[in-house]
Amino acid sequence: MRLIVALLAGGLFGGGLLVSGMTDTSKVQGWLDVFGAWDPTLAFVLGGAIVPMVIAWRIAGRRERSVLGTPIPAPSEPVIDARLIGGSALFGFGWALVGLCPGPAMAVLGFGGTSAWVFFAAMVGGMMLVGGLGLISRGKAPA
Amino acid sequence: MPMDWIMGLLGGLMIGTAAALYLLVSGRIMGASGILGGVVDGTGRDTITERMAFVAGVVAVPAISVLSGANPGVTNATSSIPVLIIAGLAVGIGTRMANGCTSGHGVCGISRFSVRGIAATIAYLFFGGLTMLIARHVLGVI
Repeated sequence: MRLIVALLAGGLFGGGLLVSGMTDTSKVQGWLDVFGAWDPTLAFVLGGAIVPMVIAWRIAGRRERSVLGTPIPAPSEPVIDARLIGGSALFGFGWALVGLCPGPAMAVLGFGGTSAWVFFAAMVGGMMLVGGLGLISRGKAPA
Repeated sequence: MPMDWIMGLLGGLMIGTAAALYLLVSGRIMGASGILGGVVDGTGRDTITERMAFVAGVVAVPAISVLSGANPGVTNATSSIPVLIIAGLAVGIGTRMANGCTSGHGVCGISRFSVRGIAATIAYLFFGGLTMLIARHVLGVI
């Protein structure tokens, strides 16, 4: 059951990324290009995604466990450390250079050709490096 | 309202519904970097099959939509190998250090009014915008 829900959620997420245009790097770079031909699409995507989640967190707040029995993840402690900000800054840098963040980087694997796989491989390499060195920010953030 | 904005809103609602489903049914935060990071660095060993099922869904649905001709599947991604490697490394290292990306900190964090999620989102948007300004308008490299 857990696997089916994960597959469904992943599929809906991937489909949403494709439909919204977030698998098109020019739309993401256009959003970040405030001083050029600015493209506000990403604001609609983020806004649209936040609405169901605000409702979901309200429902989750009234219960301790999910339908499948796992506890609802506890809120993170509001710790803003150097890894959170430094890591996010580094992420923003890479995100702007190519226009892919981790979700879309997976969603384009099936049709993005060599570029998609080179980016994905480098991203996975970076993730393994951080995991191996134990550099993950400890605030227990929604991740 | 331009069609792109409507499709953005529609796709966004799909993303948010996926995150809501994963939270309320499975009790998990739908964060792309966290789910994938736990697979590749071994920290998510206990939940690896669930993580891989999620990744399979993320890859398969867009792939099928494009291969069946339902979506043109345009990525417009650069073909510069050095740029792809530098950017990929930065995204991988950065999202794991910060313990979240656009989906985890952005979608799931902001909707919970999480201080960390909001701070991270401000940081990556600011540095993303700054990088774009310098790389595109000052240096002209992208």
